[in-house]
Amino acid sequence: MTKKTNGRVLLGHGGGGKMTGRLIRDVILPRLDRGALGPLPDSVVLNGLGSSIAYTTDSFVVSPLFFPGGNIGSLSVHGTCNDLACSGARPLFLSLGLILEEGLPLEQLDSIVASIAAAADDAGVQIVTGDTKVVPKGSADGIFINTSGIGKLETGVRLSPSRIGEGDEVLVSGPVGNHGMAVMLSRAEFSFDFDLKSDSASVWPLAARLLELGEGLKFLRDPTRGGIAATLNEIAASTGKGVRVIETSIPVDESVAAAAEILGIDPFQAANEGKIVAVVGKGLGSKALELLGDSPLARDAAVIGEITATNPSKVVMITRIGGSRIMAEPSGELLPRIC
Amino acid sequence: MCLAVPMKLIELTGEGIGKVDSGGVKIDVSLVMIPHARIGDYLIVHAGFGIEVLDEQEAAIRMDLFRELAAATADLEDA
Amino acid sequence: MIRNQEQQAAQALVREIKDLAGKHAKRVRFMEVCGTHTMAIHATGLKSLFPDNIGLVSGPGCPVCVTEKHFIDHAILLAKKYDATVVTFGDLVRVPGSTGSLASWRSEGGSVRVVYSPLDSIEVALSQAPRPAIFLGVGFETTIPTVAATLKTALARGVENLFVLPAFKTIHQPLKILAEQQDLDGFLLPGHVSAIIGSDCYRYLSEDFGKPGVIAGFEPLDILLAVRDLVRMTLEKSPAILNDYPRVVRPLGNPVARHIINEVFEPADASWRGLGIIPGSGLAFRESFAKFDAAARFPVDVPESKDDPRCLCAAILTGSKTPDRCGLFGKECTPEEPVGPCMVSSEGTCAAYYKYGAV
Repeated sequence: MTKKTNGRVLLGHGGGGKMTGRLIRDVILPRLDRGALGPLPDSVVLNGLGSSIAYTTDSFVVSPLFFPGGNIGSLSVHGTCNDLACSGARPLFLSLGLILEEGLPLEQLDSIVASIAAAADDAGVQIVTGDTKVVPKGSADGIFINTSGIGKLETGVRLSPSRIGEGDEVLVSGPVGNHGMAVMLSRAEFSFDFDLKSDSASVWPLAARLLELGEGLKFLRDPTRGGIAATLNEIAASTGKGVRVIETSIPVDESVAAAAEILGIDPFQAANEGKIVAVVGKGLGSKALELLGDSPLARDAAVIGEITATNPSKVVMITRIGGSRIMAEPSGELLPRIC
Repeated sequence: MCLAVPMKLIELTGEGIGKVDSGGVKIDVSLVMIPHARIGDYLIVHAGFGIEVLDEQEAAIRMDLFRELAAATADLEDA
Repeated sequence: MIRNQEQQAAQALVREIKDLAGKHAKRVRFMEVCGTHTMAIHATGLKSLFPDNIGLVSGPGCPVCVTEKHFIDHAILLAKKYDATVVTFGDLVRVPGSTGSLASWRSEGGSVRVVYSPLDSIEVALSQAPRPAIFLGVGFETTIPTVAATLKTALARGVENLFVLPAFKTIHQPLKILAEQQDLDGFLLPGHVSAIIGSDCYRYLSEDFGKPGVIAGFEPLDILLAVRDLVRMTLEKSPAILNDYPRVVRPLGNPVARHIINEVFEPADASWRGLGIIPGSGLAFRESFAKFDAAARFPVDVPESKDDPRCLCAAILTGSKTPDRCGLFGKECTPEEPVGPCMVSSEGTCAAYYKYGAV
């Protein structure tokens, strides 16, 4: 850590971008890594327990707790299911850790737990163990949730950036930025009226369909914090290859585009909680879209780009007027701008 | 210097306050700088204020110019 | 306009620019004064379409970039001493002061509220009365009337605990200084500032300095059209001021907005990062609104701040250097840990270069 951050954790360290990466690399990994953590996997296959068990964990802090399209409860189920799904595993079991702030209305807790139950039933997972703690008022923001998940690998194919090659196609399962923009517009300090919703959902049904590509499916990732910009940069960085995307191919809902323009925020950096970015073999993009087909979770799914030998480790976007520019990795907290 | 976006005035909601809409996102903005704004006008919105009313005739002229330019490229592509 | 048409229209304008530029071997350099233009130019990859002898450099029109470190120090010290909440546009949150930014101060327990509109600061103030709420008053002519109107509302509603720390800037004085630079051939003039001040007030650029200026909108086609007109006027040696954004900018601007500014503020000297103190380039409170002046109401000693001598923000803001010429750029100075303000604001020249780079 440098003295510029005054040796404290900043909100930007939780943004899922470069600052998060640096915190993990500089402070956490050096003490903990015994070999398995280095690649910073979202989930891991548990060796020694048979060949097919995937394991993951995720913590959820969101303000506000309730937003259009979901709440922190449904989010905590979907987020962990989606990490499993993106490793090719069917989500089966979840643990649930609740950290409650003194004073949280029980009515809110009840409604969050009801959402957890509904989301779990819908995703086909069981909550099998849990824990509840209460902290003094001011020590948490209403409620924090941690879920860990166990899933069963449903493919013999290893989904890994190391299998990504030049010419492979990149697709996204639907319009991007909905969750991030819905949450931001819901904050108390902005008095916006809007009908856009978080896309929070379990993406296992989509992953399952894409697994039918067999060896043709190379990599899956749910583009949460940092949006598709973070995920595409992760692909570029971990493969050392270039990623070239076409701006006009990337689906963005009209309301998300409008909100992003008003607040001066890049929708490609805004979080998604019910989308998949997939890398498939050369020429398999249209087959992948066919497999996603009529799934309501895959409305407006599109091939958005390809893996290139040029521009190694960079994401290059061909813009709507035919120019080109770098799509940067998001740095920290998304802030509305006015000037 | 100043980010501002066109939004359509859809309702007068209070003294000098109007609701504007873009793509289904609606906010109340102050009309204090543009007292002549009428429902249906497109306002240029900056930091919660309408700062000017879009001149739709000028916007249409500009759009025609861009269409002509596009057509010129299309002709080149066909040739 | 459908996307394919937009691309075709862009190609037509790029062809025109290339044809014009091809007739002259000379390199021409224009300055886009406004930071929102800088952002739009980078975000749409416009520079990748220009011929080599057309250069666009970024000017001092990013309010965050021209705001001095001292201002951030002042805000934090004042809020600490008087237990005040800092209310700000998101743009300022990560700007480095001498000992830290508003973001780092918040991590130490400071109260910082990010708002979309200055009007929201009234609600913030009322919700925590009588604790003071200090709105950070940055911006140019577009933003200034929104703050002035907010204070008029606060006065009418009897809000007693809302104050503004002013660092407002106005555009003409620095523009005159920049117009004297020999290596700038013309100016892409700000669209939304001009909506307030009008298109008629820039004549000195062409008449006194012989430089063309074009007021431009913010769509990529608007910018291409304006650049084409700048190239044409430069090559024809017929400098004039053109309004290429007539759907928003009127010859006399918005007199109502200017009246609101004049009710609350009067011209004053201002200190610009990179340009120093420029007489008459800022605003101070008029007597009748002096009670809102946070600097006067909450006195605090702010130590003189020093900029990192290696930081080239000053040269970058005046267009005499590009970010890649700075030794800190991309190494010690990144958007996560900015040294200078040009790396902080998303419309800052360095941040735009860093994020969108040339491909």
